[in-house]
Amino acid sequence: MKGAPVLEARHASRILPGEVPVTLVNDISLTIHLGEFVSIVGPSGSGKSSLMYLLGLLDVPTSGDILVDGASTKGFNHDRLAALRLSHLGFVFQFHFLLPEFTARDNVLLPMRALGTLSDAEQKDRANELLAQVGLKDHAHKRPDQLSGGQRQRVAIARALANDPQVILADEPTGNLDTASSAQVLTMLRHLVDEHGKALVIVTHDMALAAQADRRVTLIDGQIVSDEAIVQEAGVAG
Amino acid sequence: MMLVLDIALTHVRSRLRQTLVGIMGVATGVGFSVMMASLMEGSQNDFVKQLVDSLPHISVTDDRRVPPQQPAEDQYDAVAYHSLSVETQRRGIKNPFAIMAALEGWLPGTVAPSVQTKSIIRYAGRDLAIAVIGIDPRREKKVSQLATQMKIGTLDDLYKASNAIILGDGMAAKLGIRIGNNVTVTATGGQAIRAQVVGLFHAGIKSVDESQAYVLVKTAQILSAQTGLINELRIRANDAMSARELASLVEAQTGYRATSWQEAHEDLMAAFQIRNVIMLMVVGAILLVASFGTYNIISTITHEKTRDIAILKSLGFREETVRRIFVLEGMMIGIAGVLLGWVFGYLLCRGLGLVEFKSGFTDATRLPLLYAPQHYAIAGGVALFASMLAGYLPARKAASVHPVEIIRGAS
Ligand SMILES: Nc1ncnc2c1ncn2[C@@H]1O[C@H](COP(=O)(O)OP(=O)(O)OP(=O)(O)O)[C@@H](O)[C@H]1O
Ligand SMILES: [Mg+2]
Repeated sequence: MKGAPVLEARHASRILPGEVPVTLVNDISLTIHLGEFVSIVGPSGSGKSSLMYLLGLLDVPTSGDILVDGASTKGFNHDRLAALRLSHLGFVFQFHFLLPEFTARDNVLLPMRALGTLSDAEQKDRANELLAQVGLKDHAHKRPDQLSGGQRQRVAIARALANDPQVILADEPTGNLDTASSAQVLTMLRHLVDEHGKALVIVTHDMALAAQADRRVTLIDGQIVSDEAIVQEAGVAG
Repeated sequence: MMLVLDIALTHVRSRLRQTLVGIMGVATGVGFSVMMASLMEGSQNDFVKQLVDSLPHISVTDDRRVPPQQPAEDQYDAVAYHSLSVETQRRGIKNPFAIMAALEGWLPGTVAPSVQTKSIIRYAGRDLAIAVIGIDPRREKKVSQLATQMKIGTLDDLYKASNAIILGDGMAAKLGIRIGNNVTVTATGGQAIRAQVVGLFHAGIKSVDESQAYVLVKTAQILSAQTGLINELRIRANDAMSARELASLVEAQTGYRATSWQEAHEDLMAAFQIRNVIMLMVVGAILLVASFGTYNIISTITHEKTRDIAILKSLGFREETVRRIFVLEGMMIGIAGVLLGWVFGYLLCRGLGLVEFKSGFTDATRLPLLYAPQHYAIAGGVALFASMLAGYLPARKAASVHPVEIIRGAS
């Protein structure tokens, strides 16, 4: 079930320049494979989010390299990184980050329209399908402020999947949700890995959530202190 | 891209009232610019037209560009001389009819002679200093507006009596003269004639209507005691703008000084140029100020939408795409403003066109307005460009937002 490597950090460090330089992430090497559910855990301020921004090409390492599909991204300009994000990566953040004036469906359509490989009709069909998958078939025309927190987060997941990326990166996706909604979102994400063979990286504080992953990476002070496989017992998931 | 347009529209809609104010700003700027241009160019054209219509396009006189050589100078070249009694020269253009015939052979226009003499007109014990101008009625019609300015009688009536005279209506009113009355005209040289008033004209300019009178060339020559000579040949060119070039040709051919209307009013032309520069500066300033509003709105929107920009960029939107959203918003305000401004400017012009102005010295007039598509095009073009720039400057800043900073700040 572990597939090809899709995302890799090689000795990646991120240091904020300044009078007192701040090291966010220090010499991290990490490989994510298709069909793998990886959780990143660690105390607050340990650099989990910072690592995720690097893996997600939202931020650029001060040294080291990030490889997507085995290809280096060293020296890529903003536009090339943006193009890779658009086609290869999907994000889910703690806050939903939906455009407030756009309906659920229009939000899901955003990445597809930006990429522009599907026809208008195909894009609409896919958006409807994705919303149905996250259980929001009847809420396609609602704006974010007309949806509950859990529903918004599910719209965000649908949007992250819009361009069928190989990797989904989620930073505390359940951080703002109650237990029931959390469980729903988690089931959905788990489903992506098991049924669609995608790679899923979740940053979380929630040890129960982390326990459902195939692999747990622990960070302390911007460094990986442990990287262990978790053997899932039958019946525990969901 | 439709997506860019959709996003731009939601932004503009979220700031609808401010956007409308911005549109009104641009519209007001464009409207007033159009009105200014229309008024300035209209009045300039009107002025030039009046000038060109009322004055001969080229005036040929016996003035010289260099003072005449005195006979003594020929004889005693290198000797200093004092108290030289200068040779009196008979003033005027000799052989006018031969010259006119020669000019008319090639000149694209018409020529008319005139003889001017200062005189006193006397009637019923009252008198007035006037200018008596001798004309050829048949030629005069083609060269000046006089024929159309006749209030009573026609120019041909000058042939009706042996010494016929046409007076300005202001002069006639001042002296209480009616058609058919006989007046005494005494030239400054002393010659006096009795003349019968056969017509009145009204030029619309008070000083002209009170101090000018017309007689036949022959009559004026008697008054000024210069038989066979005339003072001035006036040429009306078919194309008024070609007067300058024609004048130099005429001067070369006749040897007399030919002054085009442009040369005669060089100062005026320069003044017009200054006026136009001032107008352009004012119009530019109006449009610039109008675009400040747009800049303000787009800046506000980019600040408000920083989060949206971060979202779009994190999803993989290119900076260029983000920039285009805000430039488009500026353009939308600009286009709406320009369209509205055109209507506004047109209405302003129409409104101004209804206003009547009265001054004591000329007849009542309406403001001369020029309706020219290029005014609309220029005002619109400048306003659009300014709007685009007003969108581009904040857009450039907005597009460089680092999504991580925003996302980190929000979570
Ligand atoms: N712009 C910044 N300037 C200074 N320090 C920063 C900046 N951004 C992040 N840091 C620091 O870098 C470290 C790593 O931050 P990061 O957000 O990656 O932690 P985290 O593991 O995601 O924490 P949490 O679990 O609270 O989300 C923290 O100590 C944080 O204070
Ligand atoms: Mg974090």
